[in-house]
Amino acid sequence: MLVSDIKSRPVYKGLTVDDAARRHLVAAEGEGALAVLEAFGDAPEAWSRMTLLYTPGGSAPANHAEALQARAPDAFHLHPTRQTLMTRLRALLDTATMGTRLYATGVEGFIGQVVAAGIEHGVDHFSIRTEHRGSLARRVQCVHCKGFMDDVTVSPVTCAHCGVPLLVRDHYSRRLAAFQGVSIDAECPGDVPAAEEIFK
Amino acid sequence: MTIQFKSETFRDDFTFSNSPEAIRRFPFPFDKDEYMYAVNIEQHMPGPIKSPYEFPIDIDEHYVAEMRDRALVLKEDPLRCQSLPHMLTAEWDLVELLMESMAKNYPEHFELTREGDAWHWINRPLGIDQKFTFGDTSTLPYPPMEYITRQCQGDFCLCDQRNDDLWMDAGIVTTQADWSLDFDVGMSFKEWHGPVPLAHDIGVFDRALKFLLNLQQGRPVRRLNWTMTINPRLDTSPENYHKWGIDRTTVTPENVGNKVHLRVELQALWRLPRSNAIVFSIRAYLIKMEELVTIPKWGRRFHRVLRDLRPELADYKGLTRFRQMTVDYLAKHDDGAPTSPGFFPD
Ligand code: HEM
Repeated sequence: MLVSDIKSRPVYKGLTVDDAARRHLVAAEGEGALAVLEAFGDAPEAWSRMTLLYTPGGSAPANHAEALQARAPDAFHLHPTRQTLMTRLRALLDTATMGTRLYATGVEGFIGQVVAAGIEHGVDHFSIRTEHRGSLARRVQCVHCKGFMDDVTVSPVTCAHCGVPLLVRDHYSRRLAAFQGVSIDAECPGDVPAAEEIFK
Repeated sequence: MTIQFKSETFRDDFTFSNSPEAIRRFPFPFDKDEYMYAVNIEQHMPGPIKSPYEFPIDIDEHYVAEMRDRALVLKEDPLRCQSLPHMLTAEWDLVELLMESMAKNYPEHFELTREGDAWHWINRPLGIDQKFTFGDTSTLPYPPMEYITRQCQGDFCLCDQRNDDLWMDAGIVTTQADWSLDFDVGMSFKEWHGPVPLAHDIGVFDRALKFLLNLQQGRPVRRLNWTMTINPRLDTSPENYHKWGIDRTTVTPENVGNKVHLRVELQALWRLPRSNAIVFSIRAYLIKMEELVTIPKWGRRFHRVLRDLRPELADYKGLTRFRQMTVDYLAKHDDGAPTSPGFFPD
């Protein structure tokens, strides 16, 4: 489990199956597939009530999609990218019925986006079951131009939108699903330390 | 008691300054010669006449200029004012709190007439005369919180209370000490306080939250917080930090008295009647070092506070680059004499 002393970072408690749920709406990314396989095990009953969305990301060579599909979830949506997965998830949340339980697993930026989409659809964030798997890469928002960057592994990082060199702060917004990036050379223009790979 | 509103700026040519009366009523935040975080909360009772604590909402000579600055910030960046859909009742609560308080305590400047839900609000300094239906958003030119806070000094956060926590679910923040409302919306009490050093470990936020969860209607509380700002700039937001951060490098021994400002936040908290939300007001007061040292006790005391401040706090508040130069300036105004207890001038 990801242990952290960043006060605003969510705690990812791990996927546990809600036996009372009538529908398991599961969003998984990359190595998150393994968390789903472990949590739901081989209880066919649970898989038969599952709508599963999966995007392999960097884990494509491991072919987790095949293992997931082999458990015969009631509906299986395989997506080429996180973006397409999120589009499908939003559509499913629009029509979700009472008794639906939302789960999210994968890298932090992915979990965050699923949780944020849930909140937008009136799901209490405490009720969403989450498990971190994969790298420690961060999703970052530039506080100046508000542009987002996925899978940031270094700090400082140059904003891909406005070009300002950003310090990646240890401060996380659940609503934005991102850490905050703030100008690192505002008080010493041009004096930008070398990027360090700290979120691996 | 008519206030003479000044015409002044908080950006570009920075013409802001305090009158001698404004200096005397400045909410100096140190009652001792040293400073550390604490749960410094007291009842928000009427204070001495002419002090910023005399009335629940303080309106002063900077009112009109500050409202103009707020309008400029909002025009550039509408995300400084946000409210989640469930906060509408709290927004109306805020309209009532501010209009009632301003009209009652500054009748020369503000007037409120209520007949059931038919309200009539007059704001003379800003030239506003508005009839509206309380509770009907379509009868105001802005959403309720934005409408009234475009006419009231200070930033405001509206916090919803649920799951034994407070949630920053609405606010208008244009005069902040380097934090982002857009980033913090939706956070809980300890989450939005995440970046504050030391205070979590000594239990300040545990105790403060517990206290606030039990805040009673009709019994508001207040506290003071402080930082320092270069130039009298109200909008020291993270959003614009890449533009104003450079100011911190412009302090010299020659201009320190004029450029370096103590920035004090008078923060008050009320429980709101209809929504059960809490409103947190953050009213910023600025005073340059040259003005501060005209009150000898304050010059002496601030010298000692700043000199001995823990480095973690100095870093967090962003003082590190100009702290020593300011301490050197203030040292010339500290003769080593003992200071009397309490905040007020001798
Ligand atoms: C519900 C009301 C409150 C709100 C909305 C609020 C909001 C904030 C925010 C946004 C910050 C800046 C954090 C950052 O750096 O990003 C802050 C700082 C802080 N808050 Fe609060 N706060 C509240 C109540 C309190 C209370 C009751 C205390 C009492 C101990 C407190 C103590 C502090 C302290 C010590 C800091 C650091 C200030 C500094 O060194 O400049 N806050 N607060």
